[in-house]
Amino acid sequence: MAGVSEPGRREAYLTALRVGSGVAFFAAWQLTAMSHVFSDFLLPSVPVVFERLWHDLISGDLLYGILLTLIRTFIGFVLAAVGGVILGVSIARIPVVRWFFDPLVSVGLPMPKIAFLPIFMLWFGVFDTSKVLMVAFSSIFPVIVEAWAGTQNIDKYMTWSAMSLGVNRHRFLWEIALPAALPQVFTGLQVALPIALIVDIVCEMQMGGEGMGGSIMTDMRFADSPGVFAYIIAIAIVGMILVKAMEIIRRRLLVWHQETQTA
Amino acid sequence: MSGAAALESDTRRAAAPPLTQRLVGALWRALPVIVVCIAWQIAPTVGVINPDALPPLSAVVTAWWDLLMDGSLVSNGLTSLWEAVAGLGLSIIIGVGSGVLMAWYAPVEAIVSPLMKSLYPMPKSALIPVMILWFGLGPSSKIASIFAGCLLPVVLSSYNGARGVDQTLIWSALGLGASRRRVLWEVVIPAALPEIMAGIRNALAISFILMVAAEFLVGQHGIGYLISFLGDGGVYDAMFAGVLTVSAFGFFADRVYLLFMNRMLRWRE
Repeated sequence: MAGVSEPGRREAYLTALRVGSGVAFFAAWQLTAMSHVFSDFLLPSVPVVFERLWHDLISGDLLYGILLTLIRTFIGFVLAAVGGVILGVSIARIPVVRWFFDPLVSVGLPMPKIAFLPIFMLWFGVFDTSKVLMVAFSSIFPVIVEAWAGTQNIDKYMTWSAMSLGVNRHRFLWEIALPAALPQVFTGLQVALPIALIVDIVCEMQMGGEGMGGSIMTDMRFADSPGVFAYIIAIAIVGMILVKAMEIIRRRLLVWHQETQTA
Repeated sequence: MSGAAALESDTRRAAAPPLTQRLVGALWRALPVIVVCIAWQIAPTVGVINPDALPPLSAVVTAWWDLLMDGSLVSNGLTSLWEAVAGLGLSIIIGVGSGVLMAWYAPVEAIVSPLMKSLYPMPKSALIPVMILWFGLGPSSKIASIFAGCLLPVVLSSYNGARGVDQTLIWSALGLGASRRRVLWEVVIPAALPEIMAGIRNALAISFILMVAAEFLVGQHGIGYLISFLGDGGVYDAMFAGVLTVSAFGFFADRVYLLFMNRMLRWRE
């Protein structure tokens, strides 16, 4: 009986800690703001920022910005996910592809892709196309690397069993290789999604075109500091939800995998 | 004497494949990069691609040389380097310190760690506008952005590393009469080092992203500013030269750090 309630109590304790630390954070912010060590411009008080957040939420501006940012991020991310998995699996399984892409990927992975932003602006303009492609270009590398490693390191007994049971190449790919690589592919996707969001926000800051990055930059240019802080909170919440959502999807998708069953 | 030397050189030759073979191997590995470079040179010159959109590689190299000679690459590069070093350095000093202490003192952990974990997924680029509000358009706002963006990854990896230290190691050291301070310095920190260094590698990549992004957005110094200035002016071969320079810097910084990391962690099996 005690064994059943133990995890529940631990969960409740952790939730309390999380809420507590959040409250402590905002309380510290508010106390600093009220002490007037910094001007209202540098550090607006918590109620002012939340009032602004509420105002933008009611007027629909906030949701519109979030939606625009999310759509761009997702399209870029999906491009990176599909392209990265195809490329990663091909690199692992086709020697010519590996020969060609191995040096390019190892040069591209640690490179600061954001530096290519002006080139994308030159090639694709300042609208959605260049933002989406920039997001895809920046977030594809971790997906490639993880899909490659995941397909390369499939348990050889599994491969041999499938082969001796007479599985053809096509079925091997879809029923053995991809499912076996899925946990690692998902790790790559979990790295790629925050990158996609960061890069999309930078693109919006640089090229305009609204979205959360565009709005926060506009507020900054108008020296509207409550607006800047309100958008930071909104961006942080969106980032948090995306990361959490990926964790939940991972657990759903990998129900059959040991990592989910032991956890 | 000479026989021994000959024998030594013989064994050495046997251990490593002959130089020509290694050279051919290296060339074969680098060939795809060379192919891309050649395609980059030929496509715009033949006219497959508009040379305004993609200046041929030779023009980019010439532009790079000119930028280097007129000093703008060096002065802007040094500004960027200073921002990255200062921001990253601060985040390492403060981040490693607070991460390890968080793991060491339970009460601190209870308050700070949930907050850290919920702030961690925040898109770091969102911090740039606030830092500009606080620190203005000069290098200090970029240093602050880099510092703020790199801090959490360093703190979190140090915290996880220090918390993951094998308890028996700590108990053994304490049992042998080491003071808590010595245990911290001689057991906890070395044992946490692999994870700390991996976190710093992450932060290194983030520092480049934030540095370039912040310089694109505001200010009149730094390699990011140089790139966007050249791009706005339509000097595309020079713009490409700037982009290549930053990319090469990011790549080599990571490689050098990786070498350093492997050297520092050589004591592991």
